[in-house]
Amino acid sequence: MTEKTKEFWRWKEYNWHDEAKDPKDVETISAGVDVGSVSSQAVILLDGELYAYSNMRTGSDSPNSAINAMNWAMENTGLTMDDLHYTVGTGYGRVNVPFSDRAITEIACHARGGNTMYGPTVRTILDMGGQDCKVILCDERGKVKNFLMNDKCAAGTGRGMEVFADLLAVSIEEVGELSLDVEEEPPPVSSTCVVFAKSEASSLLRDGWSKKRVLAAYCSAMAHRVVSLLERVGVEKDFAITGGIAKNSGVVVRLERELKLTSLKSKYDTQIAGALGAALFAKALVEKQRKKVAQ
Amino acid sequence: MITAGIDMGSKYIKVVILKDGTVLGRAMETTGFEPVESASRCLDKAIKEAGVEMSEIDHTTSTGAGRKVAPKTDSDITDVGAAAKGVVNLEKNIQTVIDIGAEEGRGIKIEADGKVVDFAVNEKCAAGAGAFAEAMSRALEVSIDEFGQLSLKSDKAIPMNAQCAVFAESEVVSLVHAKTPKHDIARAVHDAIASRIVSMVRRVGINESVALIGGVSHNPGFVDSLKRALETEVIIPENPDYIGALGAAITASERTK
Amino acid sequence: MKANYGYMDGSGEFYITIDTDLCIECADHGCVKACPAGMFEIIVDDYDDEVAAIKEDHRKKIKYDCGPCKPVNDRPTLPCVAGCTLGALTHSW
Repeated sequence: MTEKTKEFWRWKEYNWHDEAKDPKDVETISAGVDVGSVSSQAVILLDGELYAYSNMRTGSDSPNSAINAMNWAMENTGLTMDDLHYTVGTGYGRVNVPFSDRAITEIACHARGGNTMYGPTVRTILDMGGQDCKVILCDERGKVKNFLMNDKCAAGTGRGMEVFADLLAVSIEEVGELSLDVEEEPPPVSSTCVVFAKSEASSLLRDGWSKKRVLAAYCSAMAHRVVSLLERVGVEKDFAITGGIAKNSGVVVRLERELKLTSLKSKYDTQIAGALGAALFAKALVEKQRKKVAQ
Repeated sequence: MITAGIDMGSKYIKVVILKDGTVLGRAMETTGFEPVESASRCLDKAIKEAGVEMSEIDHTTSTGAGRKVAPKTDSDITDVGAAAKGVVNLEKNIQTVIDIGAEEGRGIKIEADGKVVDFAVNEKCAAGAGAFAEAMSRALEVSIDEFGQLSLKSDKAIPMNAQCAVFAESEVVSLVHAKTPKHDIARAVHDAIASRIVSMVRRVGINESVALIGGVSHNPGFVDSLKRALETEVIIPENPDYIGALGAAITASERTK
Repeated sequence: MKANYGYMDGSGEFYITIDTDLCIECADHGCVKACPAGMFEIIVDDYDDEVAAIKEDHRKKIKYDCGPCKPVNDRPTLPCVAGCTLGALTHSW
């Protein structure tokens, strides 16, 4: 691809399943699908244990994105939609998941998924998604106690970061590393609004700032903005970050520095928190249903 | 007595040279990345047009976002104060001023002498300013002038869901993909900004007559949407982008008395 | 649960906070009746409780939708806050 036509916002899509597990001899196969505005994930659990997942870009319509994500998670597993005992849809497109049994908000799903991904000590989950940013306080069982969402404004979202990656012709996956490769931390970009921040960045480049320095200034502005969201609800330890931006070290490092708090790390992909939570809800719901039938 | 008013806007700098209540000259320059230099250039241009010398100017007052950095100034006045003064100088019966620039929008309630009673501001967010329409015209790949004209051809109100300019851009792109006519999209964009502006202005109260000033007043599509949202006529004074500079020049003459 | 509906953008922070633990006890749904813009609704939340919420289509523009109740001058008590006898509602601006 030539420099001009390269899509700098593009990140790697992938799927995974645990070959050591066999879906044939389990009691419950539950699934969760999180159709976000930018990315979609599907998670499959065997008796509550993670078995398979996928992560891909959301297409132009939600139902197909949900089907594609689920099919991709099931690739080479021998499973089909009919094998799923219960599926919960979540995320922005949750009401448009054709094969789901119930829709649950991404707030509740992130809390539940975060509780499993980071352990029961996690109290604050910051989810930085493609078109929104959420702060969730939860209890030791992963139940939401307090939440705040910002999906009106692109500042502090993955979309805002994509605009910058495009402007500077830097791959979105390299933004974090590059932004940390500066000798001295520049002052943050002063405009919150992405449209205004973009013109500010153009003027900084014209002033002779390097791309890395501009990225550092933007990552730091984004971290600062997210901190003010966190402060509205009050951060409680332990603290974890989910979503795509959790993979951007430039934002995470600056965020932790400003909060004077280290975020918990997980062996799971940070983008699957919502879908994992949905699959956990699905397991609980199907078990409840079975109990009812048995009575 | 000769005075100058400099309006240091975020996108354009405007200068008005005033002699005993009559405008002798005016000039406009893009603010660019060196606002101080642009302002000096703009001032020189206006002086030349007025046919006067810099030394003849008794007092210079600045206004606008960058008013504190304006060159060769003796005093400054807020955007709101300058807008009110400039408007009543041209149109006597105005009670509500709507001022929309590239990066901010304001609703101002004024008294007959141009005294500001109340004002509400929408700033630091592109959603309620001219920048929103510009970003959408880019997404639609038409010039902002064409965009304003296109809007008038539409007789259909389609709602826009996104409030943020960045998200609205994607919405415009999907509307294009869905084969929505460009003129209907243009109107949807103007309706959306107008509705936000009107909600803001209602907080100070809307009393007739209503004046619209600022760069966005050149956009006929927006003006049309604004009238519809306000359910009233809108007066656009002569040279609407120079109102702030005019108000500053009037302030300058009051301050030399 | 404390549910914060609204947003933060360049121009400020605009959140309505609903303490839904208080909503569970509520019988008269005063907020729904009080809001002149009809922004409130009663929903069944993810934990199957009946609670108040801000309708989806108002969440991204509450600064504008709440405008009529928040004139620049002489702001009276907000109708939604007065209507909620349990004190479950607060506004951030």
